[in-house]
Amino acid sequence: MIRIMSLLLTVFALGLPAAAQDSGPLRIEITEGVIEPVPFAVPDFIGDGSTATQLGRQIADVIAADLTGTGLFRRIPSDAFISQITSFSSPIQYADWKAINAQALVSGAVRVDAAGQVVVQFRIHDVFAGQELGQGLQLVGTQEGWRRIAHKVADQVYSRITGEGGYFDTRVVYVAETGPKDARQKRLAIMDYDGANVKYLTDSASLVLAPRFSPTGDRVLYTSYESGFPRVYLMDVATVGRRALVTREGTMSFAPRFSPDGRTIIYSISQGGNTDLYKMSVDGGAETRLTNTPSIETAPSFSPDGRQIVFESDRSGTSQLYIMPSTGGEARRISSGQGRYGTPVWSPRGDLIAFTKQHQGRFHIGVMRTDGSEERLLTASFLDEGPTWAPNGRVIMFTRETQGEQGRASLYTVDVSGRNLRQVRTETGASDPAWSPLQQ
Amino acid sequence: MKLLSKTLLLCAGLSLAACTNAGRFDDTSSTSAGGAGTGDFAAGSVSDPSSPAYFQQAVGDRVLFSLNEYTLSPEGRATLDGQAGWLQANREYNALIEGHADERGTREYNLALGARRANSVQEYLVSRGVPENRLRVISYGKERPIEICSTEACYMKNRRAVTVISVVPTS
Repeated sequence: MIRIMSLLLTVFALGLPAAAQDSGPLRIEITEGVIEPVPFAVPDFIGDGSTATQLGRQIADVIAADLTGTGLFRRIPSDAFISQITSFSSPIQYADWKAINAQALVSGAVRVDAAGQVVVQFRIHDVFAGQELGQGLQLVGTQEGWRRIAHKVADQVYSRITGEGGYFDTRVVYVAETGPKDARQKRLAIMDYDGANVKYLTDSASLVLAPRFSPTGDRVLYTSYESGFPRVYLMDVATVGRRALVTREGTMSFAPRFSPDGRTIIYSISQGGNTDLYKMSVDGGAETRLTNTPSIETAPSFSPDGRQIVFESDRSGTSQLYIMPSTGGEARRISSGQGRYGTPVWSPRGDLIAFTKQHQGRFHIGVMRTDGSEERLLTASFLDEGPTWAPNGRVIMFTRETQGEQGRASLYTVDVSGRNLRQVRTETGASDPAWSPLQQ
Repeated sequence: MKLLSKTLLLCAGLSLAACTNAGRFDDTSSTSAGGAGTGDFAAGSVSDPSSPAYFQQAVGDRVLFSLNEYTLSPEGRATLDGQAGWLQANREYNALIEGHADERGTREYNLALGARRANSVQEYLVSRGVPENRLRVISYGKERPIEICSTEACYMKNRRAVTVISVVPTS
């Protein structure tokens, strides 16, 4: 859909080495403690024609929303600008941006080409160094896809300044919720990570739960009651075509997840009141039983290298987190604190496991290292559950449900540092988010 | 009556799974003779001892559980003794046993917990002579609360297993 057409040569970058010497390059180290958000300016991208002018303003606003949403950046309002950017190719008056303390400046231009495609060029400027931060880029996409273009620009800004991968050009598959608590209707839905472009994938005829993206983001595993009993389904996101994957009679199957190579699924089967973990090829075929205990084993998650599985089990008497080889075998317990642990999800970086913790009547989203050490609780509320990782492993999205008769589920994000708790705006109640990989 | 209005609300909605499940018992086209444990009224007259309505209201269609528990209480076993007797006397009916949990737990754990509760009921009914092939189990986890407050008064009613009567399919 969108491809990077060409790298623009940075022919207009006017090096000001004197300024660069005393400030050093613009850089945010996300691992540092509480930071002051970096002020930046994103003037409306310059449009060629009225459609392009409007797109230029919308694109600048989405870029700014992406960046400020991280808590790492603060947008300088345009009425504070001294310079106006009237031409994408004109030299930047760095002194004017420095004067308003804009540390980063994103400039861009938009045009709609003869084929109706949107062509966006942009440059990222390190104002205090008086030079461009990396090279200018050109993006081409459909007009309907303008938000994706904006997210891609924001991903570039974020990754060039932080050194981390971006996460704005991503989607979230989740369960849209409507109706009162005792007659709730649930539909599978997909949206951009910021809540835009919602598309419903199922109607409300059947209860659906806990979707998960395939590693390439084009398919979704989920649990549906459409047969009358909970079963694991696989859906193609583009066509919405679906099929039941686990159909063994007399059982219930749920909690499906993909392996990192997308070829295998792991899930739980309940039979005779006992719940264990199984795996099978995504193409169907024989099941392999991974656990065989009288306790509950569910909520599995593969390590990024596919060699291990973290899951929850109440074999000790309360729900705790365990890791075992992805071929099955002996499991070692990693959670050791007070309370009950569930829904472990391995970080895409491999270093942390996010989880839900229940302790003294409160629910928390937390993270721990894969050996169970350095547990940190990031949130606390009446009911938080079901973490999912942004593809860069820096942000976690989860479900928060409010209490009482008017209780409603919403999606929130929080940094892995515990900072920057934010609600994701959704048009209905929402639960069970799963974050996609970065789109190509 | 409170139950009735709830039933109408539920079943007037966009074909909730809870209202259609009983009709899909055994993946055949058996007729729904009751609700799905969310407050639905069963068929027939409560004054007719062989009716699903009698089973639901006079025998008692549900048993309750303690937090995170799936063992049957003495009171629950007494209810199930009545259910077993009714099922043996009315062999034209099958039953779907639904396991439910309160909202204080993660979604997937609660599905597994509901399965344990439904299974506890199934095993007890079988031990009291009900043929296993007349019983099926399903778990709704925390997805189908009947009470919506966030206090123990509601939670204790939501931690339940409900025996839903359905007509044996004629083949």
